[in-house]
Amino acid sequence: MKNIIKIVLFFAFVGNIVAQQTPASKQTTAFSIEGATAHLGNGQVIENSLIMFADGKITFVGSAMMKIARMGTIINATGKHIYPGFIALDATLGLVEIDAVKASDDESEIGIMNPHVRSLIAYNAESKLVESMRPNGVLMAQIVPRGGTISGTSSVVQMDAWNWEDAVIKVDDAIHLNWPGSFTSGRWWLGEDPALKPNPEYPKNVDKIKSFLTDAKQYVASKSDKMHLPFAATKGLFDGSQKFFIHVNGEKEITDAITMSKEMGIHNLVIVRGEGAEKVTDLLVKNNVPVIINRPHRNSNSEDDAYDETYTIAKRLIDKGVLVGLGMEGQMDRMNTRNLPFYAGTFAAFGLEKEKAVQLITGDAAKILGIDAFAGTLEVGKDATLFISEGDALDMRTNQISEAYIQGRKISLESHQTTLWKRYAEKFKSE
Amino acid sequence: MKKLLFVLFFLSISLANAQDYFPTNSGVKTSKSNLVAFTNATIYVTHEQIIQKGTLLVKDGKVAEVGKSVKIPTGAKIIDLDGKMIYPSFIDIYSDFGIAKPKRNPSDSRSSQYEAEREGYYWNDHIRPETNPISDFKFDNKKATELLNAGFGAVNTHLQDGIIRGNGLLVALNPNTTNAYRILDTKSAQFLSFNKSVQSRQSYPASRMGAMALLRQVYLDADWYAKGNMKNKDLALEALNKNKNLVQIFETGDHLDAVRADKVGDEFGIQYTIVGSGDEFERINDIKKTNATFIIPIDFTTPFDVSNPLLAEQISLRDMRKWNQDPSNLAVLEKNGVPFALTTYKLKSAETFHKNLQKAIEYGFDKKTALASLTTIPAKIIGNATVGNLNKGSFANFIITSGDVFDASSTIHENWVQGEQNIINDMNIKDITGEYMLSVNGKNYDLSITGKGAKQAGTIKLEDKKITSKFSFQNDWVEITLDDEGYTRLMGKIINAANVMEGSAFDTKGNKTSWSASKKVAKEEAKKKDEKSSDKEILVMPVSFPNVGFGNYTQPTSESILIKNVTVWTSEDAGILENTDVLLKDGKIAKIGKNLSTKGVVEIDGTGKHLTAGIIDEHSHIATSAVNEGAHNSSAEVTIEDVVDPTDINIYRNISGGTTTAQILHGSANPIGGRSAIIKLKWGENAENMIYKNSPKFIKFALGENVKQSRSTNGTRFPQSRMGVEQVFVDYFTRAKEYETLKKSGQAFRKDIEMETLLEILNGERFISCHSYVQSEINMLLKVAEKFNFKINTFTHILEGYKVADKMAKHGVGGSTFSDWWAYKYEVIDAIPYNAAIMHNAGVTVAINSDDREMSRRLNQEAAKTVKYGGISELEAWKMVTINPAKLLHIDDKVGSIKEGKEADVVLWSSHPMSIYTKVEKTIIDGKVFFDVNEDVKKREAIKEEKSNLINMMLKEKMGGAQTRVPMKREDRNFHCDTLEETKS
Repeated sequence: MKNIIKIVLFFAFVGNIVAQQTPASKQTTAFSIEGATAHLGNGQVIENSLIMFADGKITFVGSAMMKIARMGTIINATGKHIYPGFIALDATLGLVEIDAVKASDDESEIGIMNPHVRSLIAYNAESKLVESMRPNGVLMAQIVPRGGTISGTSSVVQMDAWNWEDAVIKVDDAIHLNWPGSFTSGRWWLGEDPALKPNPEYPKNVDKIKSFLTDAKQYVASKSDKMHLPFAATKGLFDGSQKFFIHVNGEKEITDAITMSKEMGIHNLVIVRGEGAEKVTDLLVKNNVPVIINRPHRNSNSEDDAYDETYTIAKRLIDKGVLVGLGMEGQMDRMNTRNLPFYAGTFAAFGLEKEKAVQLITGDAAKILGIDAFAGTLEVGKDATLFISEGDALDMRTNQISEAYIQGRKISLESHQTTLWKRYAEKFKSE
Repeated sequence: MKKLLFVLFFLSISLANAQDYFPTNSGVKTSKSNLVAFTNATIYVTHEQIIQKGTLLVKDGKVAEVGKSVKIPTGAKIIDLDGKMIYPSFIDIYSDFGIAKPKRNPSDSRSSQYEAEREGYYWNDHIRPETNPISDFKFDNKKATELLNAGFGAVNTHLQDGIIRGNGLLVALNPNTTNAYRILDTKSAQFLSFNKSVQSRQSYPASRMGAMALLRQVYLDADWYAKGNMKNKDLALEALNKNKNLVQIFETGDHLDAVRADKVGDEFGIQYTIVGSGDEFERINDIKKTNATFIIPIDFTTPFDVSNPLLAEQISLRDMRKWNQDPSNLAVLEKNGVPFALTTYKLKSAETFHKNLQKAIEYGFDKKTALASLTTIPAKIIGNATVGNLNKGSFANFIITSGDVFDASSTIHENWVQGEQNIINDMNIKDITGEYMLSVNGKNYDLSITGKGAKQAGTIKLEDKKITSKFSFQNDWVEITLDDEGYTRLMGKIINAANVMEGSAFDTKGNKTSWSASKKVAKEEAKKKDEKSSDKEILVMPVSFPNVGFGNYTQPTSESILIKNVTVWTSEDAGILENTDVLLKDGKIAKIGKNLSTKGVVEIDGTGKHLTAGIIDEHSHIATSAVNEGAHNSSAEVTIEDVVDPTDINIYRNISGGTTTAQILHGSANPIGGRSAIIKLKWGENAENMIYKNSPKFIKFALGENVKQSRSTNGTRFPQSRMGVEQVFVDYFTRAKEYETLKKSGQAFRKDIEMETLLEILNGERFISCHSYVQSEINMLLKVAEKFNFKINTFTHILEGYKVADKMAKHGVGGSTFSDWWAYKYEVIDAIPYNAAIMHNAGVTVAINSDDREMSRRLNQEAAKTVKYGGISELEAWKMVTINPAKLLHIDDKVGSIKEGKEADVVLWSSHPMSIYTKVEKTIIDGKVFFDVNEDVKKREAIKEEKSNLINMMLKEKMGGAQTRVPMKREDRNFHCDTLEETKS
């Protein structure tokens, strides 16, 4: 009860709450956060740390024992924890508001080869789902279109913005390909033939991708004066400025996907989903291909799998030297994205070293996206996108975020949900 | 010439069979008595009564005499069967012979149909006891030949369509007569199944539990009708009452269904004869307990083609075992004293019947029982003493074989039905098989003859090189053409008891010489080799409970367990007890204290670990074969208890996450859903034992988008709005009140299962758990309940409960909610993760539930979220997955907390139970360890080993030339509230 009153008072203090949170304005005063355990996002931890940032960038990362002048507002975070903002990979935030309401769905486009279709311009910076990420420490995300064979082009955003133009931190970072499956089977529970057969269409489907990319490559190289939007959109794949995210399951399929891409001269590859990746780790490591695995909170797809199959996969891949990220594809994709820290925590419960689990959703995620030059870890010169948690942010009991900053801007931690919470908690209190 | 003879033979038969009193216009009226004596045969009068060197005398299609010394009347045709055997022809007790299966009308529209299509019959089109297939019966000559060749002489056939299917016919497989003679019984049995008729699109029942409920109501209604209480005519009920005294044959899909069918029968004093599926060995004790006679198909699967390792690894152990274990089914049934008949049902062709039966015999099935299961047992099932034996007076339906009918090396020569001969493999054809040396043109070839009867054929080799040749033989004459540097034609006679052949040869130039072939002694050797290969070791994988990966070979037993020095989360006022010992004994929590010491107990060191009560999930859909019976807006008559599926791997995965009890709820397709099953997740137990004994009665209600078919493109069922939902409840409860008034008045009343269930609610004997989202509908249902003077027990999901928490507290209803789900549909737009906290603070009993087989294995994490969202204390948060759901389920006096005297459902965690980093080490239910993290590792290894053994066995079969089939993947089904389609069994 006491707790509740405190919380209610806190809200009353925060003041007027509107439907969407007003983005914070540019950082003008510096901040010095002192005394917290800093999880740098690269596997390192600094106990009793001092983190300082100004003009949106981190200016100091070190021990609070250092005799150095504290800049601007000093925040005493003794006993608390500080993390780089968590990064959700392969997410669809802002593209759909309510799953079952078709009118609110901008997740996929018709057509098969849509590299020219861009998620960024459909990203709703004011989505109620986006603001609900922040109180859990999820501050950046890769917004990925779904559907088709080549679904389109993703961008990376931060989550405190007026519009998509403000939100974006990396425009058109990657093109996404859904690789075909080499097997087909019927749904036994509907009485269909459950036999699992090699998909006779598989080679044909692969050829379609290959010939599209071949034509696109030729187009890009030949400077044709007739515009071909899909082909033109692939330019970045061939000059290495864009990554190729291949959403694929199965060891055969992964091998085929990597081999084909290499043949096409596409070297900046990322495997997404990647069931079966465990069996081709040599290939992945040799070619520097990271794997974005699915959320651990899902059912393993075989009856005979160990109960913790999806919990231990991160460790199993990392132990073999693969760079691993954590993707958001799956049931209730968007609303579950705020559980990102707890997915990482589950990996840690099942063998992954705790700081490595943090790294999975910070430094390594930034590396996979190619934004590690300015985001992902607490390092001098990088964006001051970080938050303070009362305790271990991978554990739901202690993931209590008191302050969060995006590019040095202190952001609101309120949301549509906290508004309702406050309104009704107060209603019953006054009755 | 021979053909001509046959034609004449048939002609005379058909004349003989023309009914006596029918006028004749094709000649003079004649009559003929068929009198045939079969002598010197080994005669199986029944499987138990065998006569050596006996005589069978057949007259007018019946057995006139049988015995060792039978006086053969003069004029009888005598057939000497020295060395041959006579068996009663087999009976296929479950067949659709001669009755075409109706086809679904392809022009049907796809929208749901709620009403029956027929008038004057029962309200449900799938109840068709009036079906009498005699008018549609057409003797199927092709199929008859197939069956005759396999030794069958009679079939019990019916229209395989619908839930109640009407009566069957017993037909003699006699192609040489008319239906007037060969139909032996026009009402041999009544047939049932759980499958709907294809002749109607009526949606109800849409699930297994719906079919079970429907059957119950039909039986009640038939009784009501029989007593003359119905004003209308109902031809279906009338027929059902007429068929009451027939044997009732019930087709089921698997061993779970067999037990389900038997349960329905028992409730109405009907002992069904059950058509099984071949997996009875998986739960043989349950099968035995039905006391039913079974009819068992033997359609064994071929091994999977596992040569592609990527495909092979997708096959589940469950499906691999099926291939390995199925052939042992008959032996297991026999050993356990379950009476059963065999059938060719499910076999693509009767041709494979003997091959499969021989396989079952190799796997330990006794030949004598095999014969009984094809003759006397099926005869007994339909209560007909004139078939299935060769006693005097029985039909002369018998087969003549070269040896033991179940031996692969034996041949069925003839199959006599109603005293009419059908030749299968002419017994006058010599057996000329063997290895011969063939000499012609100065060369010595190797001639090898294999095969049976007329199908014997030869191949020729010259010094291991195959020579192209053609071989044919008829009677005693052989013709061979061989191509060795030009064609040579041989023609010759088989002489000397088939050991030598000789005759003339014509070489490529037309020159005539002579040739001869003589048998080598090698045949004996080859035979020995045969025997050796049939002696091959048969390895049947042991059956686990359930018979899937991670199943138990032996069920855990209740031990006395002392957990020492552990941190105990009591979920009681006592809170958390550090460094405490907990003694579990006789399935109960016997003692909680410090430094307990008891002799003869298993001690577990709990230092650094945490012990909690088992997690209780108020809202789950695991472990069930069906979720929704949504074809009516009320389905209060159905119960999940009917369809609990103990083979679901999610049971095991749930206990690996510390969940010990769950309410398996009906789905949310309709406002008044079905009754719940509260189960303890005792992995390995059968359905009956999993259901929590004497658990309180529950029913699912639902509101909102799902019940008004918001996302269905063809929703036409009332209600289509929240306004209509209220009226559904008011209507049903009003009717229930009226029903009660009538019932209490002492007047006769039609027992209605649905109304009985609603009455239980009105009388506080059954609790409602209502799927709900928005505040308006929550408020509405509270008011409906208050109007009818009862209480809603639980709102489940209840995502806007926080908006009406005060009203909920006042009414006394609990809230069982998700920790943080939202945004998946419009009605959850205002769902907030602070819901649990607000409801709790307002005085509502709050539980955190899953509605999801994945989440239900980590409800500890979901409970922890209430600490984050809304600042619930850890103690209270933990209660939301233990004692609070126990309270909502009214089982808090037995489970949900660690308290002396309560049931020993506890979980040992590696650390703080709500820490993200914790792991379950042991899950104990009723004092028995059902999950142990170390045992789990062993089980994983065992699965790997068994799979690779089975893969090797399958590869061996494939390399040995066996037929294989493509692999299949078993993807398990994710059941949610709105899952509509039913699992096909």
